[in-house]
Amino acid sequence: MDKLVSASDALSVIKDGMTIGIGGWGPRRKPMALVRELLRTDVKDLTVIAYGGADVGLLCAAGKVRKVIFAFVSLDFMPLEPAFRKAREAGDIEVMEIDEGMMLLGLRAAAWGCPFIPTRIGLGTDLLGHAPDIALVDSPYDEKEWVAMPALKPDVALLQVTAADRRGVCEIASPDHYMDDWFARAADHTIVSADNIVDSGHYANPEVARRVYWERNCTQAVVHIPGGAHPSSNDPLYGFDVAHYKKYGELMADGGYEAWAEAFLGATENDYQSSVGGLEAIQALPKPVY
Amino acid sequence: MTYSLAELMVCAASRVFDRDGEVLATGIGLLPRLAASLAMRTSNPDMMMTDSQSFVLSSPNPVSGLASHDGQANENWMGFARIFDNVWSGARHALVGPSQIDRFGQTNISALGGTYQQPKVQLLGMRGFPGNSISHANSFFVPQHSTRVFVAGECDVVCSIGYNPERLPRGYRLGDIDIRSVITNLCVMDFLGDNHQMRVVSLHPGVTLDEVRDNTGFDVAVADGLVETPAPTAAQLEVIAELDPGNARAKQIKGNPPGRRKTVEESA
Repeated sequence: MDKLVSASDALSVIKDGMTIGIGGWGPRRKPMALVRELLRTDVKDLTVIAYGGADVGLLCAAGKVRKVIFAFVSLDFMPLEPAFRKAREAGDIEVMEIDEGMMLLGLRAAAWGCPFIPTRIGLGTDLLGHAPDIALVDSPYDEKEWVAMPALKPDVALLQVTAADRRGVCEIASPDHYMDDWFARAADHTIVSADNIVDSGHYANPEVARRVYWERNCTQAVVHIPGGAHPSSNDPLYGFDVAHYKKYGELMADGGYEAWAEAFLGATENDYQSSVGGLEAIQALPKPVY
Repeated sequence: MTYSLAELMVCAASRVFDRDGEVLATGIGLLPRLAASLAMRTSNPDMMMTDSQSFVLSSPNPVSGLASHDGQANENWMGFARIFDNVWSGARHALVGPSQIDRFGQTNISALGGTYQQPKVQLLGMRGFPGNSISHANSFFVPQHSTRVFVAGECDVVCSIGYNPERLPRGYRLGDIDIRSVITNLCVMDFLGDNHQMRVVSLHPGVTLDEVRDNTGFDVAVADGLVETPAPTAAQLEVIAELDPGNARAKQIKGNPPGRRKTVEESA
């Protein structure tokens, strides 16, 4: 089975109103080239589930988002994501604001076919009042009330990996794979963007095989985009682009999405990469240190 | 011996971990992280800390001047999914800096003002606060003690559970909630007043109780044994300098003031 396709072919499964799960964390290992390709389409009214960074910011700024399911949207060194902040303060988007760990539980519930997973998270806070979809349940085993974290099921998950083979076996060599495995397991259809395409023999090395966090039957499409995480990091291949994020912040604050798109988006990913200094410059970005 | 306010606050904040034993300590922000690192290097060597990325370390990394994670003292891998396994076990103590704290010890990092649909200021989002607060010990670090942080009413968005009887979930007691200490640029407080009222336990050198009260939007209790916040020891300052060779701590509190304020007589 050969799952290697172009970004635009891969993304053709995404229709108006769908729920999209996006892997990575803040400014780290985000499938940004896939997000940019989505920005070039007419798709709208999306619900986005993410540990959000500029992926969420850009999709909101471009008017493609009806609802964001999030625990944070942040660029770490820039704590407040500028485009998401603007969209929220304009009252433009519906939100389901949950706890970071709760998002993991929601994805697990979807992956396991459970309607919900019971948890203490959210008790005593405004999370429950502001997220009317989240119900409380009684336990058959104790007298406490429990939060029933509902399954969060993406129609499509977008993920960025270090390498993949044509059958969809994905390696993440970064220090953390975050919740990408649960996005892949929860979603009906998972599209990965890989910096490198490898032969299947790559995985014969048990050290490498241990860096495969979900099985190939959870991956439906593979897109080859070296540098595709930019401006987020794809450690150990490259770090995140601090200077570009600052520029992005300035453009979003001054001219908004149109100013950013005019300066950077381009008609293709090649256009985009040229506008940020080319692939070699991306691959030379230093690894982040915390 | 001279020391900065930041160093005084780091030493005061490190004390929250003294009796924790083998607990994962998470200090969010440079000074809280420095405080946790200081505790691990001095008062509580059994403590656990991460590299803020994906490994538990047997000795904390410096908070400044680190060129690479290569060669750090890795102990075990601990990606974010595994952090939650630890959080939900209760074996963690977080030291965090909320934007708002109310009289119940409830906090906010989500949004300010306006309506929930259209906040005046969007902040980070709730992050891990709901889960942290119902699962394990939490302490708070406030660089600028003011009525903007210590708000008169409830927080605009309550992100963490506090000692609020009105919001207590069924089957829970207020004693199930574990908010330990609040370290500010003026004082150290806890929630051991009557009915979990916030209580001043030490004032930083030169700070008056009136100044604390004027900058807090609600009534605070005062500990019977109210003391002056202890000055850092030479040994603590030495470890702090090792952990922060780039002196990033000097940029964390506006103007980097000294820890011991000049009295009126000294200024004259």
